[in-house]
Amino acid sequence: MKVLKIIAWIALIAFVVIQFFPMDYNQSETLPQTDFMLVNKVPATVEKSLQVSCYDCHSNYTKYPWYNKVQPVAWFLEDHIKEGKAELNFNEWDTYSDRRKNSKLRSIIKQIENGQMPLDSYTLIHRDAILSKEEKEAVLNYMKTLKDDLE
Amino acid sequence: MKMMKQNVMIAGLALVLLSATACKDGNKNEPAAPMSNEMHQESMDDMMDDKPMNEDDEMAMNNGQDAKAEAILTDYFKLKDALVADDNAKAKELGASLATTLGKLDISEYTDTQQSDLKDIVEDAVEHAEHISESDIAHQREHFKVLSKDVTDMVAITGTENTVYQQFCPMYDGGSAWLSTSKDVKNPYYGSKMLTCGKVQKEIN
Ligand code: HEC
Repeated sequence: MKVLKIIAWIALIAFVVIQFFPMDYNQSETLPQTDFMLVNKVPATVEKSLQVSCYDCHSNYTKYPWYNKVQPVAWFLEDHIKEGKAELNFNEWDTYSDRRKNSKLRSIIKQIENGQMPLDSYTLIHRDAILSKEEKEAVLNYMKTLKDDLE
Repeated sequence: MKMMKQNVMIAGLALVLLSATACKDGNKNEPAAPMSNEMHQESMDDMMDDKPMNEDDEMAMNNGQDAKAEAILTDYFKLKDALVADDNAKAKELGASLATTLGKLDISEYTDTQQSDLKDIVEDAVEHAEHISESDIAHQREHFKVLSKDVTDMVAITGTENTVYQQFCPMYDGGSAWLSTSKDVKNPYYGSKMLTCGKVQKEIN
């Protein structure tokens, strides 16, 4: 019990200390003209799904509710944002060539169909990011029409 | 007071534990990066070693732009063979070296439209090759499908000195094509599971 107490104290102290480490917020002030929502006619429901479930990691603007500011959650998120943006940045949609848009759409469809996105680790805390069956279908249908238009 | 302290401690512990587990699938991917870099190096060396053995390749290297397209095809075919053989590790390695070779394509001697097409093709293909260098085999095959389209479109612009066969299997993912140097069908999307699915669709050159 004594040891356990000491460990708990150390963990608590470490937890408090890391809160004071500075962090980079992914919050760009401007919305580029190349944003997915600006260059496509996205239905309102699909737009909302993407904003809530994907934009935190795949755009230059992340919403930070309090639990996202708590370390080490924030660090993990920062990592995901870096990796996620490298794969796909909705803000830069129109800078992609048609060929790449096609590849990205393909990949988006696959990821959602297989339930790989949004990441489980993220929806564990962000419950509202979970896509319902209907939302999933709406997003998938929309992405498929976009893809067909490109081909 | 004592109670409260303990409660705070438990809450603290719980938070630390929660956040430590929160992103485990994010971490899972991390080892891939440095590893693929290493492989990258190795397979680069491999490539160098292979060169003198393949005379066509060497000749191609000497006459400028097409040489690089030829080198891309060589890497692509090796990758295809690894997928035919269900060899995930080898395909990773070859995906990495293909990404490098793609990046070196010299497009300076093409027309403006061709250059912009080739740029798009290469940009897309590099991404797929990189993904192949760090994925499981099912995912590798998904990316190989789009990569095959990229390489086919590239050949349509650059041409190639050797005869290449475009083959097609209607079963994989709503129908998928790939390129091969041989008429014989060996399916890279199924490997040993359904090696012979497909037929020659087109002869290029
Ligand atoms: C917690 C952050 C996070 C959220 C939320 C998120 N992603 Fe991702 N996404 C990532 C990361 C990290 C990667 C790169 C690593 C990987 O593939 O797992 C990625 C990769 C991708 C890829 C490329 C995958 C590949 O291998 O080709 C696509 C497409 C994608 N995400 C789409 C989406 C969509 C669509 C949503 C919303 C439904 C979404 N993501 C939500 C973090 C996130």
